[in-house]
Amino acid sequence: MDMSARLTVIVVEEDRDRALAIIDALKATDDCDVVVIGNSSGLARKIAAHAPDIVLIDIDNPTRDMMEELTLASGPLDRPVAMFVSGAAGGLAQAAIESGVSAYVVDGLSPARIKPIMDTAIARFRMVRQMRSELAETRRALEERKVIDRAKGLLMKAKGINEDAAYTLLRKTAMDQGRRVADVAEALVTASGLLG
Amino acid sequence: MKPVQLSIAYMPLVDAAPLIIAQEMGFAENEGISLDLIAAPSWSSVRDMLAFGRVDAAHLLSPVPVAMAMGLGGISTAISAVSVLSMNGNVIGVGRELEDKLRATGYSFDFAEPVKAAEALAKVATRPLVFGVPFPFSMHVELLRYWAAGTALGADGIEIRTVPPPLMASALAAGDVDAFCVGEPWGSVAVEQGAGALLLPGNAIWNLAPEKVLAVRTDWAETEPDLLGRLMRAVWQAGRWLSNPDSRATAGEILSRKAYLDVSAELIDRALSGNMTISGRGEQRHVERFLEFHKGAATFPWRSQSKWIMHQLGKIHPRTTAGNPEEAALVFRSDLHRRHLSKAGFDLPGASEKVEGAIRHPTPVASAYGRLSLLPDAFFDGLIFDPSKPES
Repeated sequence: MDMSARLTVIVVEEDRDRALAIIDALKATDDCDVVVIGNSSGLARKIAAHAPDIVLIDIDNPTRDMMEELTLASGPLDRPVAMFVSGAAGGLAQAAIESGVSAYVVDGLSPARIKPIMDTAIARFRMVRQMRSELAETRRALEERKVIDRAKGLLMKAKGINEDAAYTLLRKTAMDQGRRVADVAEALVTASGLLG
Repeated sequence: MKPVQLSIAYMPLVDAAPLIIAQEMGFAENEGISLDLIAAPSWSSVRDMLAFGRVDAAHLLSPVPVAMAMGLGGISTAISAVSVLSMNGNVIGVGRELEDKLRATGYSFDFAEPVKAAEALAKVATRPLVFGVPFPFSMHVELLRYWAAGTALGADGIEIRTVPPPLMASALAAGDVDAFCVGEPWGSVAVEQGAGALLLPGNAIWNLAPEKVLAVRTDWAETEPDLLGRLMRAVWQAGRWLSNPDSRATAGEILSRKAYLDVSAELIDRALSGNMTISGRGEQRHVERFLEFHKGAATFPWRSQSKWIMHQLGKIHPRTTAGNPEEAALVFRSDLHRRHLSKAGFDLPGASEKVEGAIRHPTPVASAYGRLSLLPDAFFDGLIFDPSKPES
């Protein structure tokens, strides 16, 4: 194949934000055309129509098994082409790439050209995922704060104690039972709702 | 003593039951192990997790390790199938459009006769019928090809495409596939979704087809013989427990949990009992040995089974330089099965190969304790597969 030609990269991704982040990153390398396709039963057909050089897909995407078919020599694509962006499975994708999983590497395509694309996509994917989980953490922390405040209020009212004493009681109970303070508070709020 | 934790990748299917039950009913604990069961999003993922050492063992489609040894599909880590986890359990179904056409011809959906089913399909088909399957290397594919080639459908009368079972209903609706072959609960899910009707159980094509295997890396089997033995015994005990009809309700309840299959126990019970609901009209069909975990030395990985799979794969896929046919034939490890289970006094067959397809009625065979009877393993066309003369 012509080594100077631009590469066509397909990104299989349902999540719009993640797909956009990967496109932006890949565009910056200025070496490839990027097409995004969502999950669908016609995925294999759509991918084959673009005759891509590389397919990027989350290692945890269930449609990965369709990719498997595309990579078989007898499949609709002449050149096997799937590579995987690392997901929750940790170093699995890297292990796959490092071990030189041949069916997933395009014949005649220099690894030197694939590597920066993979690195960029993986880095961007991780960043989006990390932002997501940080956001979720923050949201959960806010929820927990509210429940703990309500539990404190219930204890103050029921036992005629002040806020500090209520919080101490919650913490001690949690420690004695080997549970999280938020869980004890939630149990108290739920029980009080039932009794109320 | 704290149990040793083994990590195991599986796909959330009814036939993952021996692994789930081994953990939940204490068979693993009895062996001093604890199973960390990791539900995988795809079969490629299960295979990679096993090949690259993320897990110690896996619930795997029986043709996958054979294909790997043949150099097919990219990854060629040496894998050993140390036990068969389940025999049979697949269903072939058709989408709404085909169902309507078949009913218009008066077809009765007997869920039993593969030759008649193929004739009925051939009559209404105007082009090759497209079947969705979960994975390119699967018993699903092998059963479909074997059936089509030997019936009115013909080898060229079907096309096979990989569609993850959760997408099967939408693939049918979009016209990407006309029909499907899947494992439970996905056939019953398709019926419940009104996506189509079930045409045949897998065992109407081959009475006793090895469906899933317990797979480990061959080097792991060599370096951890003690853990492997414990794992194999725990899973074998779970299979025996599952084969008792009194266990069905409990098994269905455990499998239905959110952490495992996350579908209703009633749906799971269909596969466990063989009492299948085959269409949106609520038609019921009973199938003997719809899914077998234990009886007739079901767990025994016969070398003749891996040879049959290798022979079938070889018809479709070109030989690769990465492949090693001798290793592929030996992927089903009857030797390891015997080594690790005979110690504990389990009754195992004396032979490692059999002529596949030759048994028509339950047949007593030579075994360690002489109490073993093998189950019928006939192919629908009455042909046999002699592992010593695969081409005949």
